Amino acid sequence: MNSMNGILLGEWTKMRSVRSTMWTLLATAALMIAGGAVFSAIMAASWDNLAPQIAASFDATSISLFGAGFAALAAAALGVLVISGEYRTGMIRTTFLAVPRRLHVLAAKAAVLTVTVLTVTAGASLVSFLAGQALLAPTGSQASLGDPGVLRAVLGTGLYLTASGLFGLAVGALIRHAAGAIVAVIGLIFVLPPMASALPGGWGRYVTVNAGQQIMATRTAEGALGPWTGFGVYCAWIAVTMIAAAVLMNRRDA
Amino acid sequence: MIRATELTKRYGPTVAVDELSFTVESGRVTGFLGPNGAGKSTTMRMVLGLDRPTKGAVHIDGSPYRELRHPLRKVGALLDAKAVHGGRTARDHLLCLAQGNSIPASRIGEVLDLVGLAEVAGRRIGGFSLGMSQRLGIAAAMLGDPEVLLFDEPVNGLDPEGILWIRTLMRKLAAEGRTVFVSSHLMSEMAQTADHLIVIGRGRLIADSGTGAFIDRSSQSYVRVGSPRSAELAALLSAKPSGNSAVAVRPSRDSALTVEPPAGSAVESHGDHLRVTGMTAAEIGEVAAAAGIALHEVTLVQPTLEAAYMELTRDSAQYTAEGPTA
Repeated sequence: MNSMNGILLGEWTKMRSVRSTMWTLLATAALMIAGGAVFSAIMAASWDNLAPQIAASFDATSISLFGAGFAALAAAALGVLVISGEYRTGMIRTTFLAVPRRLHVLAAKAAVLTVTVLTVTAGASLVSFLAGQALLAPTGSQASLGDPGVLRAVLGTGLYLTASGLFGLAVGALIRHAAGAIVAVIGLIFVLPPMASALPGGWGRYVTVNAGQQIMATRTAEGALGPWTGFGVYCAWIAVTMIAAAVLMNRRDA
Repeated sequence: MIRATELTKRYGPTVAVDELSFTVESGRVTGFLGPNGAGKSTTMRMVLGLDRPTKGAVHIDGSPYRELRHPLRKVGALLDAKAVHGGRTARDHLLCLAQGNSIPASRIGEVLDLVGLAEVAGRRIGGFSLGMSQRLGIAAAMLGDPEVLLFDEPVNGLDPEGILWIRTLMRKLAAEGRTVFVSSHLMSEMAQTADHLIVIGRGRLIADSGTGAFIDRSSQSYVRVGSPRSAELAALLSAKPSGNSAVAVRPSRDSALTVEPPAGSAVESHGDHLRVTGMTAAEIGEVAAAAGIALHEVTLVQPTLEAAYMELTRDSAQYTAEGPTA
């Protein structure tokens, strides 16, 4: 059996030595920060024209973390790339020759993705929050990290984006083709959730990011899941997909 | 040593590999021959644990590939040289493989030197020619200094210099006592490289023998004879055999010639020349001289592996072009 340390090192080398993955990681951080800054700036500029009831219920934290919606897609694309790049080129066979225990390969990829994406996105989320609050400061509506739920929302954004990356990895390992996997991921985190919310019976709140995004909210909306419950439900979606991918990866011919 | 036991792979109703059993010994180059679609690559992928056999098993020194501790230190394989991520540099490609098998990074420089790619180690693989990719694939196979090496069609698309290089390398690896298993559909290449041959057709074993024995058994050598009086010569050479092992030539009373060809010899006429089996060129020359028949050509034609292979696989070629039947 190969040493797990070696496998992890090898997967890290693979990730850092290809430009497309590093660019996608950078894009995730850029979308996060730019999205929050742009929306914070827009709110600050139009503050004086806001209806009083909107201004009263204004959530400065969630506005500054607004970029997470786009960043989640980039993170998921990164997860897809990490595995589909190997299937596209045929590199996966060389990978399985070096490490025939395929589940160890998948576990190492997931671990390397988790550490890199969490480091980058937790940092980006913090930058995004601080920049947004600085932009909103003239309105007097800014939040601080010490306010209730704010620190959890800011760091939770990193967790949410990391989970989205793992979702991409799981779907990529399941589908094996980049284009198909990206389409599936867009469907699961961009298309399906709003459609499900429109369904009667409140089932929509359990659908992927409808649940997962609760960890980024400082106030729980009426009928929504709690922050950790919601995130747990999102993780369950990812876990089920990952287990299906692992079973098939082990069984299929490479 | 590689040992396959009743190895079988089915894809739905199609049988790609059919109860194939063979052993690949160390210290020699074993050629794996078969027409396109015979199941060579599928067999190699099963040896390497990439494809699961439908039935049967294959072991490398007693273990299935998936249970090897550090597989690259035991087995090196070149499957598809272009199956690499083009965005990675040669060095990084080898580094990620070395790390997974706890092979020291210093070995990367060594294998790059071995295959002559040291100068392009920092270049992205995407820009490599097929020859360079093939060399990188061999560097990856050699990374763990393995005892067992598998090469799937290694000379495909290579220039003569590259072919010679790979052939020499494979011979050297076998001489060092390693197990070298190389597939090819190029018989001429195998004739020059392999000590032993495993021939398959439609997924079944056709032959498993030494290269020389394979040629001898599958087709005979003959002497090609050209003469302006070939019909007369043919008549003399195809006289009643003597039962001896050598030809006997005696002048008879009516100034004609009595020739007793050796047992088992045969003469066939092919247009303006003869094809004589069972007699040496010298014997044919003696007969012709005694009879006063001029010879324009006496050539010993050695059988080629190619001919032997075509003979054997004629019935098992999966995809054959429609051609004139000889």
